[in-house]
Amino acid sequence: MLITKEERMFRIIAYILLICGVVITLIPFIYMISASFKSQIYTFEYPPRLIPRDPTLENYIKALGKDLFGRNFLNSLFVATATTISTIFISSLMAYAFSRMRFPGKEVFFYILLLGMMIPPVMLIIPQFVIAKNLHLLDSLWGLIVVYVSITLSMQTFLLRSFFETIPRELEEAVLVDGGNRWVIFRKIILPLSKPGLAVVAIFTFLYAWDEFPWAHVAIKEASRRTLPVAIALFQSQYLTQWGLLFAATTVASIPVIIVFVIFQRYFIQGLITSGLK
Amino acid sequence: MKVKNKILDKSFLKKILSSKGAYLLLLPGMGLFFTFILFPLIYSLRMSFYKWNIVDIAASKFVGFSNYVRVINDPIFIRAALNTIVYALITVPGQILFALIVAILVDQKIKGRTFFRVAYYIPVISSWVIVTFLFEYLFGSQAGLVNFILKDILHLVDNKIVWLANPILVMIPLNLLGIWKGVGWSAVILLAALQNIPPDLYEAAVIDGAGIWHKITKITLPLLRPTLVFLVVVLTIGGFNVYISGLLMTKGGNPLNLSHFILTLMYKKTFTYLDFGYGSAISYLLTAFIFMVSVIQIKLLRRKVEY
Repeated sequence: MLITKEERMFRIIAYILLICGVVITLIPFIYMISASFKSQIYTFEYPPRLIPRDPTLENYIKALGKDLFGRNFLNSLFVATATTISTIFISSLMAYAFSRMRFPGKEVFFYILLLGMMIPPVMLIIPQFVIAKNLHLLDSLWGLIVVYVSITLSMQTFLLRSFFETIPRELEEAVLVDGGNRWVIFRKIILPLSKPGLAVVAIFTFLYAWDEFPWAHVAIKEASRRTLPVAIALFQSQYLTQWGLLFAATTVASIPVIIVFVIFQRYFIQGLITSGLK
Repeated sequence: MKVKNKILDKSFLKKILSSKGAYLLLLPGMGLFFTFILFPLIYSLRMSFYKWNIVDIAASKFVGFSNYVRVINDPIFIRAALNTIVYALITVPGQILFALIVAILVDQKIKGRTFFRVAYYIPVISSWVIVTFLFEYLFGSQAGLVNFILKDILHLVDNKIVWLANPILVMIPLNLLGIWKGVGWSAVILLAALQNIPPDLYEAAVIDGAGIWHKITKITLPLLRPTLVFLVVVLTIGGFNVYISGLLMTKGGNPLNLSHFILTLMYKKTFTYLDFGYGSAISYLLTAFIFMVSVIQIKLLRRKVEY
């Protein structure tokens, strides 16, 4: 098809607008990285400079050596990893039951679970706090993990179920003919064929658990058990205007997120569409 | 038939195939879901009718609707509710408008589509805690880029604006943050919907001599309607739940509790003043309100779709 003059013009305008948009989208991050290499005096410099004068690693050395930063980083890594593994395990079992089995109350269970996608998590913080207190789960990383798994479970089960639905049932019949059982089907057919779906669940869950703030903020008081978002929030109130230091910490905290996202973005967007558009 | 008999012969399979097996698979997930989602949901309703005593639960006193009455008569709550409603009214159309522009532009068979998709999506995957501090730095610090642009580049103002200390002005960075962080998400959803529009519709329009503007308003937008309805509902829910950015940027509703959102007020009342009943009443009011707004939006916007 021929490209008309109007279309060519439109395409040029499209590039210009999109690039302007990208600049606005990314400039705060560029400033963050820039400030993280500035020494304290230069973070207040006016007019602000994008390229740091005398760039220094001092902030990174200080931030990483600060109090419990390493510990907080490991806490986040542990919580995000444990949440991800538990969620994959639990939600794939549930999704299998919902997609392949018949049992009384199936519809009811499914709709109750869907309710979980509609309740805003922050609303549940108060009763969760009281329950976690009674179960002695406050100030414990496991207290974070069980709540994260519960919150993300609905969406991930729903997502996996729709992946499982796309797997042809003939394969399973073949396994049954060969004398296999449902466990074999689940392990040898469903799971390997749903790898993209499982990847989506893994990425969603990891990013969610890595970034979660509201629950961790009320559930953890002990400094050595804080996860990164809470540690960073308190870090800021403690060292109020030490922007360089703060941004060195946030840059380090963003690295795993960016890596996970850039590598898996194809899956990620596919999953977003599957779960978002229903 | 033969296959079926074979299955039923195995006792393990029998167990799995019978409902017991299915319930076994649901047990861990449903157990967690009941303990940490459903039970809290009901428990919180109960708390909202009590003067709740967090130290000695048995000493909690039933007070009927008095927590709710206190909430809706509290000027701080009214102010927080207004801030939240304005936030939703600004950020929902803001996100959708910019996302629509981005999605339509990226859909023009341009090069570097993956790059744009990733770039616009980075704010979405970033932590609220981090991006809130970024906006604080851009608006509030002495070296703030925003004031530099307004004062020294555009010459729109004579003095640097003190964004963060004023309960009305602080809403500007908060709303802009809400839009900036959400555009990528809506754009990806819209882009997927755009790619589902059959190209022959556009080709037919071109044969009829339609220009680009005509194509967008007469073909694209009407066909995007269901997706737009979905976005309006989901983003409104998200908007009413604004929390982390407000909590951090206003340091808990400062000055004078004038810059609260509903949930930051809930947090402060509950965990600073330990008024758990009051906090629960706020969260139930918010949920009821969100539910009502969603139903109304779906009804209104769906009806128009049928035309």
